[in-house]
Amino acid sequence: MTDAPPTPSPEAQPLVQVRDLKKYFPVRQGLVFEREVGSVKAVDGISFDIQRGETLGLVGESGCGKTTAGRTILGLYPITAGSVTISGIQVGGISREELQALRRKAQIIFQDPYASLNPRWTVSAIIGEPLRVHKLLADDKARRERVHELMLLVGLSPRLINRFPHEFSGGQRQRIGVARALASDPDFIVCDEPISALDVSIQAQVVNLMEDLQDGFNLTFLFIAHDLSMVRHICDRVAVMYLGVIVELAERNELYENPLHPYTQALLSAVPIPDPKKSRARQRIILPGDVPSPINPPSGCRFHPRCPIVKAHCAKVTPEWREISAGHWVACHEV
Amino acid sequence: MADHILEVNDLRTRFRIAEGTVHAVNGISFWLEPGKTMAVVGESGCGKSVTMLSVLRLLSIPPAEIASGQVLYHGRDLLQITEREMEHVRGKEIAMVFQDPMTSLNPVLTIGRQLCEPLRVHMGMDNRQARARAIELLDQVGIPDPAHRLGDYPHQFSGGQRQRAMIAMALACVPSILIADEPTTALDVTIQAQIVELVQRIRENLSMAVIWITHDLGVVAEIAERVLVMYAGYIVEEALVDDLYEDPRHPYTIALLAALPRIDRRRDKRLLSIPGAPPNLLVEPKGCPFAARCELVFDRCRVEMPPLIQVGPNHQAACWMDVTSNKPRV
Repeated sequence: MTDAPPTPSPEAQPLVQVRDLKKYFPVRQGLVFEREVGSVKAVDGISFDIQRGETLGLVGESGCGKTTAGRTILGLYPITAGSVTISGIQVGGISREELQALRRKAQIIFQDPYASLNPRWTVSAIIGEPLRVHKLLADDKARRERVHELMLLVGLSPRLINRFPHEFSGGQRQRIGVARALASDPDFIVCDEPISALDVSIQAQVVNLMEDLQDGFNLTFLFIAHDLSMVRHICDRVAVMYLGVIVELAERNELYENPLHPYTQALLSAVPIPDPKKSRARQRIILPGDVPSPINPPSGCRFHPRCPIVKAHCAKVTPEWREISAGHWVACHEV
Repeated sequence: MADHILEVNDLRTRFRIAEGTVHAVNGISFWLEPGKTMAVVGESGCGKSVTMLSVLRLLSIPPAEIASGQVLYHGRDLLQITEREMEHVRGKEIAMVFQDPMTSLNPVLTIGRQLCEPLRVHMGMDNRQARARAIELLDQVGIPDPAHRLGDYPHQFSGGQRQRAMIAMALACVPSILIADEPTTALDVTIQAQIVELVQRIRENLSMAVIWITHDLGVVAEIAERVLVMYAGYIVEEALVDDLYEDPRHPYTIALLAALPRIDRRRDKRLLSIPGAPPNLLVEPKGCPFAARCELVFDRCRVEMPPLIQVGPNHQAACWMDVTSNKPRV
């Protein structure tokens, strides 16, 4: 990857199109006569495209809906409203078979390499599962050869093929997760905090591996993370989420050097810089309070109760999603 | 030494488990000045938490075993005093804040009750005094409407508020040392920024010494005056914060800094990745623990652990190689 973002030709169809996507979870109350009393608006109308071969970062704090967004895009949760198209296939409202076919092409890498691998399965069974499920390689021998190949690809010794997950370190487990995601030869991978459970020295190994694989197989990534430094490093464009909505989206250097939304500004200023002199010289924006509940999100702009530049109309009117300069989108009245 | 509020000498902590002996801390020495902030940085399993738990005698023995060492607090060896005396030191003199405030708070007691307990036990306050002080403490750590929140249970607090409550508890008896073990790791960055600011403000107001344990080199740059870098149970580098980032002298520190993505710079290259993984602590340490992953390794590294060598004023590194010239030290 170079520093310049890939400029897709205008006629090229984006690989992934997300339009006004919503995902609400019902909140129920009562033990015997359970009734719905409201809903958690985890994702409340997000839109973006991801071009083939691109890495889009989706960042935000816990509870902002980034993980739910990733899972809903893959059809792992039913869509409440809006649409998602991957390689021209609609994700919502399709049959099980169609969804399964889609899953071959759209995979996910999970955050926790401890919880996401079945402890009773060998590496061979874990990595080979997509090959079995999608009936890609019928006979055991061919499947085993493919698992062998995948292990080499992610830097695991094929000698370990019959081992169980607990025999591997965190970094190695995440490599197993990457190999499993690659097994069905996907185009698109949702990476849900793939490195946040790993130590710094291991993070770099996994990130470099993912970049090599992206280059080698022309993969498209949706990279969900809260580590804003890592996102700047590996993503081409970055979308910032707050309480179920995207507040800003731009090419990475534009976003980090010229953040326009007050939430993005505060978020970036809160990230510690590993340079004590810069760190002391820096002006920080400390946001008051916590993220409000997504059950009853604030009216108007959802950020208004914590916003340092809030005006009266921010509480009443939802800000429009506007393109301020080429490719730089923001939802704020004051920009 | 008079200007050291805490001095640890040759501390060795091991765990005897079914699989063998875990060599968690392998003879480390350090000191802390009153009113200063020292960071201990390292990755999982490097021994940073075990060191502090050993200092406060919070490990269960067995399986833990403190094989050697001295922990001098105001010149008195905490490893030699009785458990009763130690109880007095913990909380009143040296307080600790842990990573996960949800598991270190008692879920079935109100915040007020948990906050008042140390005040009654260590400060001899009655209920009314303790309550008044508890309100003051919650206010000090920035919890809005503190009198009302005393009756709340931990689950009614947000993650950031729970960590604030933990800090309030740690401050209850105005300790002279606060040990913070990854206090912001479970929190979001904007909340982390609030907590970092809070601890710095309190440290100044109470002229308290702080030991901040973390794996995050960004946080270290922000809070510390002096830094210890730990790896596999050893201190491999010790320096003032500016020197550590500008002129790191241990290959592990150098590699760690190069492996970090930077939010303040445009991407110019791939991240440097450190091959391999930290050593198995069940194996008796021999030579430098970083030798297997080190670019500058030579024969001596594999057989003999280098001591901390003075490489500059207030700067020590445990490496047989002089990284500025790439020549072995003699």
